[in-house]
Amino acid sequence: MIEISNLHKSYRMGANTLHVLKGINFSVADGELVSIMGSSGSGKSTLLNILGMLDEADEGSYVLDGVTIKNLSEKQAAKYRNKFLGFIFQSFNLIGYKSALDNVALPLYYQGHSRSERMDRAMSYLEKVGLADWAGHLPNELSGGQKQRVAIARALASDPKVLLADEPTGALDTKTSYEVMDLIQEINDEGRTILVVTHEHDIAQMTKRIVHLKDGVIIEDTKVSQVRAFENV
Amino acid sequence: MFDLDRWNEIFETIRKNKLRTFLTGLSVASGIFILVVLLGIGEGMRNGISREFEQDASNLIFVWPGVTSKEYKGLNPGRRIQLKNDDYNRILLENSDKLDKTSSTYQVWSSVVSYGKESGSYRMDGVFPDYQYLENMSLTAGRFINNNDVEHVEKSIVIGYQVKKDLFREEDPIGKYVELSGINFKVVGVFTDPGGEREEARVVIPITTAQKALGGSNNIGRLYLTLKPEDNFEAAVAASTAFSEDLGEFLRERHTIAPDDNRAININNTLEHAKRFYGLMDMIRLFFWGVGVCTIIAGVVGVSNIMLIIVKERTREIGIRKALGAQPLSIVGMILHESIFVTAIAGFIGLIFSLTLLEFIGPAIETQFIYNPTVNFTVALNTVFILVLAGALAGFFPAWRAARIKPIIALRDE
Ligand SMILES: Nc1ncnc2c1ncn2[C@@H]1O[C@H](COP(=O)(O)OP(=O)(O)OP(=O)(O)O)[C@@H](O)[C@H]1O
Ligand SMILES: [Mg+2]
Repeated sequence: MIEISNLHKSYRMGANTLHVLKGINFSVADGELVSIMGSSGSGKSTLLNILGMLDEADEGSYVLDGVTIKNLSEKQAAKYRNKFLGFIFQSFNLIGYKSALDNVALPLYYQGHSRSERMDRAMSYLEKVGLADWAGHLPNELSGGQKQRVAIARALASDPKVLLADEPTGALDTKTSYEVMDLIQEINDEGRTILVVTHEHDIAQMTKRIVHLKDGVIIEDTKVSQVRAFENV
Repeated sequence: MFDLDRWNEIFETIRKNKLRTFLTGLSVASGIFILVVLLGIGEGMRNGISREFEQDASNLIFVWPGVTSKEYKGLNPGRRIQLKNDDYNRILLENSDKLDKTSSTYQVWSSVVSYGKESGSYRMDGVFPDYQYLENMSLTAGRFINNNDVEHVEKSIVIGYQVKKDLFREEDPIGKYVELSGINFKVVGVFTDPGGEREEARVVIPITTAQKALGGSNNIGRLYLTLKPEDNFEAAVAASTAFSEDLGEFLRERHTIAPDDNRAININNTLEHAKRFYGLMDMIRLFFWGVGVCTIIAGVVGVSNIMLIIVKERTREIGIRKALGAQPLSIVGMILHESIFVTAIAGFIGLIFSLTLLEFIGPAIETQFIYNPTVNFTVALNTVFILVLAGALAGFFPAWRAARIKPIIALRDE
């Protein structure tokens, strides 16, 4: 599903450049649930953003579902993001003036579906994350866990190949974190590929594979026996 | 443009962002409002001044003699010039191809007119029938002095509305006799004059009667002339100026006056005055336009500022949308569509408000200088379009920039 080799990324800050990713080689097969760990500043988000085509690598190759991602125009990148990828952010990134339902429906708008179809599909995903009753509520009327579940429903709405989650539980308490992870595990059980960036070991243990990043390179890449989140709720 | 989803999206953002929309709208609406009202006042001032000129025929040339101020051919200065019937007849004869309405007059500045017990002192003019047009008089009753009156030296009199009020009150004066300098005159008409009360406190009789019965012999006091109409204002002014000069030359020669003695023969050329006033009016209008355009520019700057703020405020949202698959053009389209929609609606609201104001308040304005302020609807409409266009243009650049920022940077925006 994902193949990257020799990926480099530097940030230029005034006179000095900060070499963040120093040659990442890594691949993810279909249906994997991978966590990316590492200390703060190790480049986890940078990697995830490049995978999500929100940012571009300086060097190296990236193939997503057989498509080489290189020098994309804004338009193409937008199209691929919409078709291949779903994002889940630490800070939820819901649009504040749109209801939960409308937030979930937004990727479908950019896919060009009719309004009624958008609403139907958005509603079914809200049901899936257990928030059908909250469809008409604005994000600021929802709890952190609820917001993140709306965000997950939105990420799923466009039926992407890969879900990219950057610290999805970073802003949530333990109980809510586990509920969210339970949902992510469920989605993965259905066969969807998911990458989760996290700081927390317990969260990482709930995935199937842990990739450890340090100073811009992968220092460890191990399969783990998955801990089911619902057992800990 | 007819994408229903886009419209939905826009109505939603507008509904959820009332203050922002209101501020954008306010700056546009007030810009249009101020411009239209200014244009209206400008037009009103022009109308007001035009009305001032309507008091007399607008192309009137008016001649009155004075006293010589220069020695000429052995004649001392200080000689009073007296125009004669001959002068008038010669002018008519030599310029019959150019002249339109003409009248010489013989006046007595203060003569007692009485009817029964009522009497008053009024200015009396002996005139030709054309005088009515030359002075822009209109009749409220009866008729004006006609050719028959002049030819047969009739004792007919047309009285001003003020005279009628003074002497006759509610009574119908037509056919009644009034006494003027001991002679009975039959009232044949009552006139009003746009010049107002002062001009209506006058009586008018045939010039022949005035000269014969009131001791004028063949003296005349003034000449009133208009020229045949020209194709346009400029040509009319030119013809009128040239004619005035020739006329002055002719009269000075006939009365042995130094060619450069302007006091002896006074010629007032209304068109030349009018031209100067219209020139002034055009300046005033230009000024109003200038102020109006500045207002619009301020409005456009306001709109672009607000657009900049909007784009800044929505940077994160734009990042989210891009992460979800929005294409750059759809972002630009979304922002522009909203800005055009809001400016257009606000522009029309400003337009409607200002036009309503002019429509209802306009006629109520009763000053000498502002009359019937109106504005050309097409001009106003075009202004709205220009503003909408400018707003769109002003919104385009920030929107374009926003659509091009990397989503990762937009998402990081707090
Ligand atoms: N746009 C940028 N410009 C400059 N430096 C950046 C930029 N984005 C990230 N960095 C730097 O790159 C390094 C890696 O950042 P990154 O966000 O990938 O870290 P992370 O592993 O996600 O850390 P955290 O766990 O704190 O989220 C950091 O030192 C960060 O300061
Ligand atoms: Mg990070």
